[in-house]
Order: sequence, then C-alpha cells, then structure tokens
Amino acid sequence: MNVGGTNARIGYIAFNTFREAVRDRVLYNLIAFALLLSGAAILVGEISIDIERLVVVNLGLTAVSLFGVVIAIFIGIGLVSKEIDKRTLYTVLSRPVCRWEFVVGKFVGLTGTLVVNTLLMAIGVFLALHYVAHRFEMMDVWVLVALYFIVLQFLIVCALALFFSSFSTPLMSAVFTFALFVVGSLAEDLRGFARITHGVGGWLATAIAYLVPNFSALNVISQVAHGDAVSGRLMVYDSVYALLYSAMAISGAVLIFQRRNLK
Amino acid sequence: MSAPRRVNRVAVAVLLFSMAGAMSALYAVDQLRRESVAQESLYVSSPTVLRRLSLGYTGLLADIYWTRAVQYFGEKHRAGSRDYHLLAPLLELTTELDPRLMPAYQFGANFLAPKPPYGAGLPGAALALTKYGIEHNPDQWRLYYNLGFLYYTELKDYAKAADAFSRGAQLPVTHPFMPVLAARMAEHAGEFDTARMLWSTTYQSTQDPLIRQNAVQHLLALQVDEDVTRLEQAVKKYHEQNGRLPASMGDLELAGLVHGAPADPKGRPYKLMPDGRIEVQDPGSIYFITKGLPPGVPTPEPARVD
Repeated sequence: MNVGGTNARIGYIAFNTFREAVRDRVLYNLIAFALLLSGAAILVGEISIDIERLVVVNLGLTAVSLFGVVIAIFIGIGLVSKEIDKRTLYTVLSRPVCRWEFVVGKFVGLTGTLVVNTLLMAIGVFLALHYVAHRFEMMDVWVLVALYFIVLQFLIVCALALFFSSFSTPLMSAVFTFALFVVGSLAEDLRGFARITHGVGGWLATAIAYLVPNFSALNVISQVAHGDAVSGRLMVYDSVYALLYSAMAISGAVLIFQRRNLK
Repeated sequence: MSAPRRVNRVAVAVLLFSMAGAMSALYAVDQLRRESVAQESLYVSSPTVLRRLSLGYTGLLADIYWTRAVQYFGEKHRAGSRDYHLLAPLLELTTELDPRLMPAYQFGANFLAPKPPYGAGLPGAALALTKYGIEHNPDQWRLYYNLGFLYYTELKDYAKAADAFSRGAQLPVTHPFMPVLAARMAEHAGEFDTARMLWSTTYQSTQDPLIRQNAVQHLLALQVDEDVTRLEQAVKKYHEQNGRLPASMGDLELAGLVHGAPADPKGRPYKLMPDGRIEVQDPGSIYFITKGLPPGVPTPEPARVD
C-alpha cells in the first residue's frame, strides 16, 4: 500500500470537504455566535455582580459546544448522501481512491472545519472574557482545556454522523446522531442508574452506559467556569477515549460503506 | 487476499480494538471523576427553571433527580462523609418536579434530619419537605407517619408527633399502627416499645434498602439500650439485696435476676464491669447505641468504606 499516496488522497478529500463547508456558508454561524456573546457580555456587565466571568464562560463554552454539535450533525449526515445525489461520488471513486479513504477523508475534513470554527469562536470567548473582567487571569487557561474537550466531543459527533449517514437517510441520520448526543450527555445519570440497579437490569444499564458515547465525561464547562483545574490524567484519558470511540464509529462506517451498493 | 477483503479485516480489527480501548478509557475516566469534587454541583437549582427546561416532561426529570439524590447520598454515606449539602436541594427539586413521588419524601424524612454521618443534619429541611408532601398528597398516611416520626425521633416533640399520627390515623386508608402510635405518644413516648414500633413500621412500609438498613440498625441499637438498662437494674437490685456488687453475670443468674448469659443482638455476651456498669464487647459493631459504651466512647458511626 502506498502510504504517501493514501495520505495525499485523504488530505485532498479532507481539504475539499472543508472548502465545500466554507462554500456552504457554514462559518456564517460565527456571526450569530459573535452577536450572542457580545450581547451577553454587555448585558452581564450591566446586571451581574461578581459572576460576570462565570456567566460569560458558561454561556460562551455552551454556545461553542452546541453550535459545533449542530454543524457536525447537519454537515456530517449529508457528506455521503450529497455526494451520491450530485453523482460526484462516482467521479471520486472512479479514480484510484478507496472507499475507506473517502470516508476517512470526509471525517478529517469535517473535524477540520469544526476545529477552525472552534478556534474562531474561542477568540470570541476570550474577547468577551477580557471585556467583562478587563484582564486575563491564570485560571483562563482552563477555558482552553474546556475548548479542547469540546473539540473531542466534535470528533465523536462527526464520526457518529458519518457512521449513520453511511447506511441511512439524512433525516434519520440526524435523528440518530442527535438522540445519541442527548443520551450521551445524560450518561452520568445512566451510570448512576446502573450503580443502584441490581441483576439483569443493572448489567444492561451498565452495558448501555459504556456503549453510548459519554459526552458528560467530556464536559468540564461548569468546572472551568468556577476556575477549577482539570487534571492531566483526565485530559489523557478523555483524549484516548474520544479518539478510540471515533475510530470505532469510523471503522463501522468503513465496513458498511465497503459493502454498500452504489449503483 | 483481495484489497476490499483486506480493508474489511483491518476495519473489523480497528473496530474491536477501539471498542475495547474506549471502554477501558471510559472506565479510567469514571474512576478519576468519582474522586473529583467538581461533580458536586447543582447546575440548575431553581425548580421553576427546571420545570420550563423540561418542556413538560417533569416526570422523567423528577425520576432523574431522584436517582441522582439516592446515588449522591449512597456514595457519600459509603465513604463515611459528613457533608451532604446537596441532599436537600436534590430532594426539593425532585418533589417540586413530581410532588407525588412518595419515596423521595420517605428518604428525606430518614436521611435529611439525622446528624452527620447518618444524615444531612437538617431537621428543618426534613420537616419542610414532609409538610410540602402533605400539602400535595393529603390522603397519604405515610407522610403523616413521616411527620410524626420526625417530631418523635429528631425533635422530641411528642405532642406534635401525636397530632401527626392521629391525623394520619383518620385517613380512609391508613396503617393499623397509626392510631396506636398516636395513643402511645401521650403517656409512653419515651419507652422502648414505642420507638421499636416506629422503627418496625418504617422497616415494613418501605422497599428502599438504605432506609431498611437504617431501621434495622436502629432496632438493634434499641435492643442493646433496653438490654443494658434491664441488666443495670438487675445489678442495682443485686446490690440492694446483697450489700455488694455482683462479681460476674453468674452471680446475677444465681440470684434469679437474669436467665443464661445475656448477649447483644450480634451474639456477643455483655460485660459486667467492676463498678457495676454493663458494657458491650465491641462498641463499634452496633451503631446508634447510647448505653453500654465504655466511658468517653462516643456513639459509634458507620465505618468508612474506601
């Protein structure tokens, strides 16, 4: 296998995915984000006492997360179907491009789009923070860590959206991905339920709790809003978890896409 | 091997490996976060806001908060914690979202009022929660029982306890012990039988393992307190009859004041001390006992489980 060629092909597909997302005016969400955050910053500066920073961090990071998840779902679900509808997929696959390279390239392109989007939003969060606090503090470093965790969430959402879109319609893929996002965000409660349930129910709840993506493990927004540190071990474990979970979903997408009849 | 088949095999291998790896990583995250205190925050503490956020699905949200309350208390209790500051807001949110969730009121009556480490040490919050429950469920005898139970065990206000029990006894559907408890409050409030009746009713009227375990521990402690009181009375009587303290339990048996070798509920014989006091052999083995402890030893607390 020509690794250099593979990398180049994946890189090309990824770059095209990113370019297409930009052409689709995905980055326009930044305007809404900027308006939301600057409005909130001015408002909390007027009405909040002592919790301006807290509100801006909570609101800013939550907005980054939700905007990103919505983008990941709505672009991710169309990545395969749109190529089939426009018949561009046949052009791509008629060239020396493997199906798995196409899937991985799309994944890399979509996550790349979200990383760029998150970087731009992060600048907005820090500008708002500076506006309300008039200076940066050491604990603001943890906001960067929370942003990194949000990117890890996007990795999983993108992989799931791509997985579902490899065999389902865009609408159903959106429903499945969003449902898993909601369930995964409540994963701690599922875990708690498993802990206090005995017998078959307990085993079943534990299995489901471990199988669904655990987005709550990747959510440290409230923690960093209070200026609490995030442990290095958590960063390592969460990174490994997000990478492996994404790899699992992408492998599933590759397996399904390999067998799919595209005629 | 053809290229697609090779890709399939690699994809299956990656899928299985990453699934196992992701589970292991999540397990490691779990262990790490369980130690963290950052989890101990209530993101939304206003029931009104929560009610709006629930989009009408208040029942489901109440169930989630109820699970969270039990989990919170259970984990802290196991760790021997003395800080249960989230228990009251969690139960308040639960019952405001679903005012008919009876187990939450019973849990609150049992674990909000007692002093740490047995509970949150908030009798006021326990009373408020129970009264809120009665306001929304005036036909539930259990809530009047909980109210009487709180006045009796935590506040020692027997008149109010009697009032609560008698109000509960007048309901169309009630427990047969309710009128008996109401009557006993007047003249026999401080007696062991009354306390035993209360804790037995608590045990019988719940399926919650934590509440049942708590009731059993109180019943065992009551047995010890009653045994020690009875044995010390026997020692006193022996002293009055013989002009000296008994040298052993055998002396009491010979005098016909006790039968056999009296033992605590765990089967360990009671010790007769040289000064005539009665002590349990292992003071840490039975919680909540107030008698039979060596001088200066506080009432034993549940052991920390690490």
